[in-house]
Amino acid sequence: MQRILIVGATSAIAEATARLFACRGDALFLAGRSIERLQAIAEDLKVRGAKLADTFVHDARDFERIPALLRTAIEHLGGLDAALIAHGTLSDQTACQSSVEQLREDFDVNALSVMALCTNLANQLESQGHGVIAVISSVAGDRGRRSNYVYASAKAAVTAFTSGLRQRLYPLGIRVVTIKPGLVSTPMTATFKKGALWAMPASVAADIVRAMDSGKAVIYTPWFWRPIMWIIRSAPETLFRRLRL
Amino acid sequence: MSTGVSWGRWPRYDQRLIPITNRYQPLPPAGPMLVFGNGRSYGDVCLNAEGTLLTTRSLDRFISFDAASGVLECEAGVLLSEIIALTLPRGWLPAVTPGTALVTVGGAIANDVHGKNHHRAGSFGNHLLGFELRRSSGETLRCAPDQHADWFAATIGGLGLTGMISTARLQLRRVPGEWIAGDSQRFDNLQEFFALAAQSDAAYEYTVAWLDCTASGGKLGRGVFIRGNHVQHDARPPRARSLRLPLTPPLSPVTGLSVRLFNELYFHRPAAQQARALWHYQPFLFPLDRLLDWNRLYGPRGFFQYQCLLPGTEAATALPEMLRRVARSRQASFLVVLKQFGNLPSLGLLSFARPGVTLALDFPNRGEPTLQLLESLDVITRAAGGAVYPAKDARMAAQSFQQYFPAWRQLQDYIDPKFSSSFWRRVTRSW
Repeated sequence: MQRILIVGATSAIAEATARLFACRGDALFLAGRSIERLQAIAEDLKVRGAKLADTFVHDARDFERIPALLRTAIEHLGGLDAALIAHGTLSDQTACQSSVEQLREDFDVNALSVMALCTNLANQLESQGHGVIAVISSVAGDRGRRSNYVYASAKAAVTAFTSGLRQRLYPLGIRVVTIKPGLVSTPMTATFKKGALWAMPASVAADIVRAMDSGKAVIYTPWFWRPIMWIIRSAPETLFRRLRL
Repeated sequence: MSTGVSWGRWPRYDQRLIPITNRYQPLPPAGPMLVFGNGRSYGDVCLNAEGTLLTTRSLDRFISFDAASGVLECEAGVLLSEIIALTLPRGWLPAVTPGTALVTVGGAIANDVHGKNHHRAGSFGNHLLGFELRRSSGETLRCAPDQHADWFAATIGGLGLTGMISTARLQLRRVPGEWIAGDSQRFDNLQEFFALAAQSDAAYEYTVAWLDCTASGGKLGRGVFIRGNHVQHDARPPRARSLRLPLTPPLSPVTGLSVRLFNELYFHRPAAQQARALWHYQPFLFPLDRLLDWNRLYGPRGFFQYQCLLPGTEAATALPEMLRRVARSRQASFLVVLKQFGNLPSLGLLSFARPGVTLALDFPNRGEPTLQLLESLDVITRAAGGAVYPAKDARMAAQSFQQYFPAWRQLQDYIDPKFSSSFWRRVTRSW
């Protein structure tokens, strides 16, 4: 049995992942903004076999409360073996272009709050000497594009941050997993037109569980985003700056 | 993800899809709206041309399950297959299951579905302990046999028109395991079918017959009768192997010749006559789930299913008439199912299942000739005082529906003012 903290537990990817943990009898501590949605998910996870599914109302922008969140999670779970950080919003690129306020708010949620959580978690796991931190970044963070470079740069910050953290914690046996989902059919992307590249949360969740179990460094999910993003990263600027992506 | 296309793949409409992803999400302000679950009803009861579909497959959370009493509460977008995966290892099954497990709980209630054990268990609503109904007014009604009982009856078989079912409580049925033991035997005519049904219904949980609708003359009404009971058996379950039809063939392979050949082989295959058979529950209860997306077999124009009920007193004459009519039309049907219903009354105002015999036939959509054939079957059903199953229908005339379901006017008092469906607008037209 693993004792797992999930932040952003009401997101579709986090919920699908939590179900896989629940089926194998893990103990779960769920943090998110909406108490009624957290409770509905907790009930479900208990029916599916979770040893424990407790909830904590937490707004990712409330950095001051992170120590309390971790303390409560560890109290309820009786320790901590892994954490999955899954919260985020899809930035409104146009709004961010005209409002620095909006830009800052999105960075707070998608980048800074994740780094703040990781910082607190890293210190906790460092003191206990084992554990896994899994963070949901995005393929978007691999290169900025005109259509979503605010979201992309926040995710790029998360990718770079977790890369450094991975090096720092590696000698201690603590694993940091950077998860880069591609296009996933979730409420966050409900308004998008879907095509063949779109994945369901359940298949992304299976990849996340596998990566957390094996302590992989960086995963693309579904796998085919790795070659796609390699091509996108390799395109020379002379060409890339002309594209309308 | 939801497509807004029903199982028969005809008709197709422009609709606005709004996902409902948690049970506290408010309904959209503008109608007309309708819930779309997993799209397993065949015709247009789940469609809403030019309107909104609230897609509910993400309402798939369990709320509680008591393995001692077999009471399960869940959100209405949960599939019966998902319930079975959770509860069968602990000895419980949904009390009533249709021929596919890929239906949502909400859809099973709204169509008050039935299964191979109707003669014992009645239909889905007979095992429903309660549900929550969300109305466009913002109100939530908790309905149960003894709470808002009129809303309970209106919503069971209510075709999704009374509001959005958000959660439901089901009484599951104890079973000794995953295996079903019984037998299968050929019958040469309908008299033999009726005799087998009469003699089997008391001793067997499940009874169903497959019928060769291409047979005529002396072979008219021949088929295979299958019956079984759950048993304790320790064999390992077969590896779950579902194939998926990956694309829609531009020309349907379902033709008069292929159907005739299939029926001939099906009737004469050795498994049609087995004194002692043992089935895993999956192929036995859910034969349709072995080939996923099998509805594509009928090609781009889709298909119709005709499922009617004929009262017991009329069935002996109406059934052969219907079979002769189908055989003569040369629009043969692959999957013909015949089942004797029991006498347990359905609870829904508009429930389909009632005492008698039910016959289900599939027809590729060949346009006008198919519609004419189906209308000619309706003539027989109307004369026999029977009914056609709305969950399978895309074409019955308003006049037929209103004769089959005289309680339809009573349902109107319970319909949410912002809910509607293509089916309902079609069958409540004045004529």
